[in-house]
Amino acid sequence: MRPRSRLRPSDALSVGTVGLRARRIRSTLSALGIAIAIAALVAVLGAAESSKKHLLDELGQQGNLLTVGTGQTFDGNPTPLPPTAQTMIARIPPVLSTTAVGNIDGATVRRTDRIPPENTNGINLMAAQVSLPSTLSTRILRGAFLGPLAERYPETVLGYSAARSLGIDKLTAQTQVFIAGRYFAVVGILDQVSVAPEIDTSALISFGIADQLFDLGDVPTRIYIRVDPDQVPAVAAVLGATASPESPPDVQVQRPSDVILARLQAKGAFVGLFLGLGAIALLVAGVGIANIMVISVLERRAEIGLRRALGARRRDVAAQFLLESALLAVIGGVVGIGLGCLATVAAARLAGNPVAIPLQAPLAGLIAALLVGALAGLYPATRASRLPPADALRTL
Amino acid sequence: MTPALELRNVSKTYPPPTTVTALCDVDFTVQRGETVAITGASGAGKSTLLSILGTLERPSGGTVRIAGTDTSTMSDTQLSGVRAWHIGFVFQQFFLLDHLSVLENVATGLVYRGVATSIRREHATQALERVGLAGRMRHRPAQLSGGEQQRVAIARALVGRPAVLLADEPTGNLDTANGHEIVNLLATLRETDEGTTVVLITHNNDVAAAMERKIQLQDGRIVHDSGATG
Repeated sequence: MRPRSRLRPSDALSVGTVGLRARRIRSTLSALGIAIAIAALVAVLGAAESSKKHLLDELGQQGNLLTVGTGQTFDGNPTPLPPTAQTMIARIPPVLSTTAVGNIDGATVRRTDRIPPENTNGINLMAAQVSLPSTLSTRILRGAFLGPLAERYPETVLGYSAARSLGIDKLTAQTQVFIAGRYFAVVGILDQVSVAPEIDTSALISFGIADQLFDLGDVPTRIYIRVDPDQVPAVAAVLGATASPESPPDVQVQRPSDVILARLQAKGAFVGLFLGLGAIALLVAGVGIANIMVISVLERRAEIGLRRALGARRRDVAAQFLLESALLAVIGGVVGIGLGCLATVAAARLAGNPVAIPLQAPLAGLIAALLVGALAGLYPATRASRLPPADALRTL
Repeated sequence: MTPALELRNVSKTYPPPTTVTALCDVDFTVQRGETVAITGASGAGKSTLLSILGTLERPSGGTVRIAGTDTSTMSDTQLSGVRAWHIGFVFQQFFLLDHLSVLENVATGLVYRGVATSIRREHATQALERVGLAGRMRHRPAQLSGGEQQRVAIARALVGRPAVLLADEPTGNLDTANGHEIVNLLATLRETDEGTTVVLITHNNDVAAAMERKIQLQDGRIVHDSGATG
C-alpha cells in the first residue's frame, strides 16, 4: 500500500494559527477591522431592540389611552366640545378615568416681564384638572401638581419641555413665571408624556383661575380617557356619539399610542439603513483580510514550498490559509460582539432604555464574521495551494 | 535489492516563454545506503534534478522510480505521500520557522504523517540528539549559529527516518568549519541511520569528495558518473 499524507484536525488548527502567531500586529489590525464592523452591527441591533422594548413597554402602558378633541368646521373654526362631554364619557362602563384640558389662546408664558412678549418659546397655556397626572400615568419630576389652592391662586405646573425652555430645573418658593401679564408661582414640573407631547410644551393652570382670568368657562378642548385595555376599540367606537350626541363628526377621537406605533415603524426603517452601513463596513473589513492574506501568501512562498516538501497536500495548504483567514475573522467577530454588547448597554443607559440584546445579534455577528473570513481566504488559499512546490522553494 | 532511486531517460524542458532544457536523457540508479554528490556549474541542471528526484517537479520525459515505484503515474496527492514518508529534504536556506522552537521545527517533519504530537516530540528529541543539539531544543532558530540551524534542518529531514535524504547545497550558507561538520554528518548517515541514501548537490569539490559517488552534470547531461552501474 502506498503511504499517504495525513494531517490531524488538531494539527490543521495549529498550522492554521502559525501565521497569526508569527505576525501578531498585522493579525490584530486585520481582526480589528472585522471587530469594528461586527460591533457596529451588534450595537445597531442591540440599540434598536432596546429602544423597541422601551417603546413597546410604553405602548403597553399607554395603548389604552384615548382622546376626544375639538373638531373643525368647514371654514376651519374649532367646534367646541359640549360641556357635558366629559361627564357622559365617564359613564361608559369600561372607562377607568378621564381628565380634560382647555387651550388658552393668545397668552404668553415668559420667565419674567423683561422678556419680550414675542419670545414665547413655543409654550402654550392650558387649563388642567387635578386628575391629569393619574389619567396620563405621568410622573411629577419636581414639586406637586395643581391642588385646591390653585383654583383660587395663580399657580402653575410646567410641562417637561416648557420647564427646560424657561431654564427652570429646581423649584423654590420664589420660582415664578410671567403669564399673560401676571406672575404665577411654579409649584411643579411634569415628566415627559410621550403620548401627549402637547402637555410637555405647556404651562398648566387650574380651570378656576383660567375661568377667572381668561373667561374659559368649564369647556375643555381635549379630554383624555383611560379605558379597560381589552375594550379600547369598543370604547373608541362610541366615543364620538357619547361626547357629542347631536353631531358626532364634530369631535375628533384619537388613540395617542398610534404615535408610538409610527415611531416603531420609523425606527425599523433606520435600523435597516444602519445595518446596511454595517454590512458595508464588514465587506470592507473582509476585503482587508483578503488583501492581507494575498500578501501573506506572497511572503510565505518558502514556507508553502517547505510544507509541500514535508508532505503537505494541496488541500492541506489551502486549509491552512483558509483556516487562518477564518480564525482572523472569528477572533475579530468575538471581540466585535463583546464591543457591540458594551456599546448597546452604554447606549441604552444613556437613552434611559432597558437593555435588550437579541440573541440573534451575536449569533448573526459570529456567522457573518466566519462567512466573511472564509470568503476572504478562498482566493489566497487557492492561490497558495496551486503554487508549484519547486517554484515556491526557489523564492530566495 | 530494489534501488532507492532509478532515473531512466529523464528530461525536463520548461515551457515558453523560457523554453529552457534543464535536463536531457539523464539516466542513473542509486542503491540504498549510497551517498551521492551531484556536481556541476551553475545552470547545469542540478537543482532541477534534485526537484525531480524529490517529486517536487515532474519530468517532461522519462521515468523516475522511488523504491521501485514509478512516480510518473502518481497524482499530486500521492506524490505528497511519497515526500511525507520516503524523502527528507535539506535546503541551502534552512527554511526554519522563526516563531517555533528548535524542537517544534524538527517535529514539523512528521506533521503530514498524521503522527500524534507526543510521539512527534519524542522522535524530534531523538533526532536532535543525533545531530548533537539536544541542549538547544527550547531555543528559537534565530538564537543559533548558521551551522546549528542547518543541523536543525537535517534533524527535521531525518526525524521520520526517510529512505532518501536530498540536500541542496547544504553548506552553501556556511563557513568552512561548519560546512565540514555538516558534510561529515551527512556522510555518516548510512552507518548511524540504518542506511539512509544521501543525494546532495554541491559545486564544492571538498563537499563532493566526502560522498562515495560523484555525478557531474553539464548543460543538463551527465558527463561523469564515478559509480555508474547502468
